[in-house]
Amino acid sequence: MTAKPMLSVENLSVEFKTRNGIVPAVCDVSFAVQKGETVGIVGESGSGKSVSAYTVIGLLDDAGRVSSGTTNFDGVNLTESTESELCDIRGREISMIFQNPRAALNPIRPVGRQIEDVLRRHAQATRQNARTRAIEMLKKVKIVDPEHRYWSYPFELSGGMCQRVMIAIALACNPRLLIADEPTTGLDVTTQKATMDLIKDLTQERHMSVVLITHDLGMAATYCDRIVVMKKGKIVEAATVNDLFSNPQHPYTQKLIAASPGPNSCLEDLNAIPDEMVDVENVVRMPASPKPKTFPNDKLLEVIDLVKVFPKSSGQIKHRWPWAKTDPTEHEFRAVDGISFKMRRGESIGLVGESGCGKSTTSSMLTRLLDPTSGSIVFDGEDIGAIPAEKFARMAQRTKIQMVFQDATDSLNPRFSVIDAISDPLKRLKGMRNGKDIEDKVRELAARVGLPEHLLRRFPHQLSGGQKARVGIARAIAVEPQLLILDEPTSALDVSVQAVVLQLLDQLRRDTNMSYLFVSHDLNVVRLLCDRVIVMNRGQIVEEGMADDVLRNPQAAYTKTLIEAIPKVHAGLRD
Amino acid sequence: MIQFLRHVRYVMSENPVTVAAFVMFAIIVILALFGPWIVPYDPLASNMRIALSPPNWAHPFGTDQLGRDVLSRVIASARLDLGIAVSAVALSFLIGSALGCSAGFYGGWTDRIVGRVSDTIMAFPLFVLAMGIVAAMGNSIENIIYATAIINLPFYARVSRAETYIRRNAGFVHAARLSGNTNARILATQIFPNILPPMMVQISLNMGWAVLNAAGLSFIGLGVRPPDAEWGIMVAEGATYIISGEWWLALFPGAALMLAVFCFNLLGDGLRDMVDPLRRT
Repeated sequence: MTAKPMLSVENLSVEFKTRNGIVPAVCDVSFAVQKGETVGIVGESGSGKSVSAYTVIGLLDDAGRVSSGTTNFDGVNLTESTESELCDIRGREISMIFQNPRAALNPIRPVGRQIEDVLRRHAQATRQNARTRAIEMLKKVKIVDPEHRYWSYPFELSGGMCQRVMIAIALACNPRLLIADEPTTGLDVTTQKATMDLIKDLTQERHMSVVLITHDLGMAATYCDRIVVMKKGKIVEAATVNDLFSNPQHPYTQKLIAASPGPNSCLEDLNAIPDEMVDVENVVRMPASPKPKTFPNDKLLEVIDLVKVFPKSSGQIKHRWPWAKTDPTEHEFRAVDGISFKMRRGESIGLVGESGCGKSTTSSMLTRLLDPTSGSIVFDGEDIGAIPAEKFARMAQRTKIQMVFQDATDSLNPRFSVIDAISDPLKRLKGMRNGKDIEDKVRELAARVGLPEHLLRRFPHQLSGGQKARVGIARAIAVEPQLLILDEPTSALDVSVQAVVLQLLDQLRRDTNMSYLFVSHDLNVVRLLCDRVIVMNRGQIVEEGMADDVLRNPQAAYTKTLIEAIPKVHAGLRD
Repeated sequence: MIQFLRHVRYVMSENPVTVAAFVMFAIIVILALFGPWIVPYDPLASNMRIALSPPNWAHPFGTDQLGRDVLSRVIASARLDLGIAVSAVALSFLIGSALGCSAGFYGGWTDRIVGRVSDTIMAFPLFVLAMGIVAAMGNSIENIIYATAIINLPFYARVSRAETYIRRNAGFVHAARLSGNTNARILATQIFPNILPPMMVQISLNMGWAVLNAAGLSFIGLGVRPPDAEWGIMVAEGATYIISGEWWLALFPGAALMLAVFCFNLLGDGLRDMVDPLRRT
């Protein structure tokens, strides 16, 4: 650590010009990256971690401006370099992996060509050998059949493969520093593990330095040597992984660590109140009522041999003459392939699996937004699976099953204020007409989910992620459902907000004795809220059991890989 | 409301072109509304003694072959031209977006029929189609409005179909369905308000075309008939006098027409920024 650092950022401040004047995004940030070292920058959204990285590589957009400080890369002052100097450095010396690999790749160019582009730009390959070099890179990032994949377009590849191609592009010119900006957001846990392991192997092999930007403390703990914690544009703590986790100094770091669910933490441990919600603290922390008793024989929901078949998209079908006989099963994709389970009243079940396993299709069928192909859904003694989705919207049972959506932003109409959004189900399903009654009820619901009253007139874009999640929950519980389906309600939220929302959901369940079906990919989160879990893979149930049993002692091989792949926060405490 | 005004002020201050467009728009609207009371002379009163006099202090825009004041006629035309444009655009916006929204939302046969009908309309040279409609249905102002509305229909249908299509599986649509809304209600209360911003741009551009279209039809002698004042007719009548040096007859109504169309084209972007809360950068 005595050597001169590869990258040093000194007193960097960045500000953005907006309509409300100049907003500082990064304030007086200093950190250094040594050769061969992996530094994690951890923080919640809006903490300025991405902006710092973009500044280093000179990709700040027009509204942003470096107001003070310098960034030094191996003796070159990056903040004072001209654009053409930066162009030479980018890709050859410093390269970057972006958040959304599919968006970062050019959709109309074969991926192999895109690797060639960067090689040719930095004169690392000639026209003659560019192709072989590109295929070599594809091989290095462990893409099967690289000669063939060279010609693939990004849309033909899965998210994980796109990210591998991005890594290949980033590492093609043997840069000395790699900046990875949330490289695994949107990827499944197992893919995430594979991608991160790949980055780790390739960078270690080349003695590269890595700056890993992430919101996931577990991932930073697993893959970094040192961690810099950022909050609101400032560095609050910088320490080695071991020190940070065994002895966090700053209260914010402590809070962040406390809010990350681990395999052993329980809901009460996650005591995190984000600053914006301090004023509703008392609402969230009501004295816990005793856990509701579940009635073993009182079935609320029984799903019997549920199947959903989608026609394959035409791209996947081999084109033949229309009159040629085809096997019908060849044209179908069985998203949900005969699943059965039972749910008792007041119970909460977690439905876990990776993307494409059919968990969202299942929840859509249970909410009756989608018609099943076959099988039945017996809810409260009645087979609601047979009622067409269109008709179900008008029936009384509609009030009994409600849903909280994955993306709180997407699930709120941008033109409806909070009060309109929450009152919509009251008007439609409860037939409430009196404006005064509706408003009282909305206020009551808002208080219940801890939404301050002055936010009721706001529109979704004026709310934070956590507040939007609360609106979604308030809307779902407005009609007092018996079954609430939670479709990854916290996946888009920061850890500390996630902790608060989970506590809120737990509190609501205790108060109202609703049943939850919690759909998620994160076993640790599911464990906190659910009594039982169902693990799904490729449309089928692979394992079912009590949450703690499944997590501690998984039986199915798939569950084991799933649990293995979760990055562990407390891995930081290696000994 | 105060918030909205503040927002309007912000949009204006960001973009001086928008301010210019809105000022011009305000002038045109005032002329259209209060034209008959503003005009210095009766636009229809002829006075042969001063026929074809060039612009002077008494008649800033000069007089025409019958001695009518060109300025008064240009002002009086604003009401007629704007009236035709507004009613035609309103008609095609209502029908076009209703068709387009249902095509985008329901898909299937609705989509196919709406799509093919608008393709068929688009297949004609639009101005010739408008001419044909007016010629076939009879030479009246209502028919000009219908013809203009029909040729603009496909644009609204297409924009609204595309915008609806990308929103029909949005989370808030599912959420509305869970709240017990029927399809028709989801379309009307959830999706339609959200497609308004891109439609605003279309409306504004279309206003320009509609004005031009109405003027064009009158120019070739369809629709508005003399002695009514209308920009297209005035240009048509004035055109014959350009050769003998009486340029003011065609220039002033032509300039008014050009400015009106220009103003509507500029207006679009500003209008979208104002209507769409999300584009508040």
